[in-house]
Amino acid sequence: MSETIKQFLYLNRKAPYGTIYAWESLEVVLIGAAFDQDVSLAFVDDGVYQLTKGQDTAGIGMKNFSPTYAALGDYEVKKIFVEKESLEERGLSLDDLQHLVWEDEDDDYAEKDSIKLVSRDEMAAIMDGADVVFSF
Amino acid sequence: MKFAIQVNEGPYQHQASDSAYFFTKAALEKGHEIFRVFFYHDGVNNSTNLTTPPQDDRNIVERWAELAEQHNLDMVVCVAAAQRRGIVDEGEAKRNGKDATNIREPFRISGLGQLVEAAIQSDRLVVFGD
Repeated sequence: MSETIKQFLYLNRKAPYGTIYAWESLEVVLIGAAFDQDVSLAFVDDGVYQLTKGQDTAGIGMKNFSPTYAALGDYEVKKIFVEKESLEERGLSLDDLQHLVWEDEDDDYAEKDSIKLVSRDEMAAIMDGADVVFSF
Repeated sequence: MKFAIQVNEGPYQHQASDSAYFFTKAALEKGHEIFRVFFYHDGVNNSTNLTTPPQDDRNIVERWAELAEQHNLDMVVCVAAAQRRGIVDEGEAKRNGKDATNIREPFRISGLGQLVEAAIQSDRLVVFGD
């Protein structure tokens, strides 16, 4: 759709519920996938809660959109960076997050992990390396 | 330089729209190009014609509209965010069976692809919000 390929970073910083930022951020990612850019997602601060498994929103009467993250692999979103310190500060670990994968068509459609834990310093370098940072 | 601007917060409640306005105005006055201003989340509320602030306060909606008219600025309101929050133009009113419109022209309602395109086409995307 476009000749220019840029490094897109979607930076998710807020809890999944309480405000609509997380859900509307995901809508941009899904629409943006049609533009064939080099896409990464980053989750920092309360944003790490967006990826937690077992979300149940029945009590707050809101749509549970967390299953949508599992579809990201089908949208060619293969790089999901989660900041290690943000998890630790909230008493969370990788085991508390959904297991997100993408299928590598060059490797007999093997499922590969999308989530990579990175340190705060590494996250800073990822942001620095991006051409465009969508901050939500 | 060519800028894309994203406004994520509504008027008055939050300073983001004011800051985005002053940034956009200053950039234009310095001879930079603004490829597009994209209004998302509660930022879509910056486009309602029905806003009526006290007379001794700034009129944020009118101010954006005037800047756009002066500089032929493209101001796009996200359709999905607008539908949730009741920002309606004639096309949307017809499509969704509503009996009123409230968008202040030259704001226009369009899709998120306009934000992604703006980010691709511009040298910088500057996001205003929390």
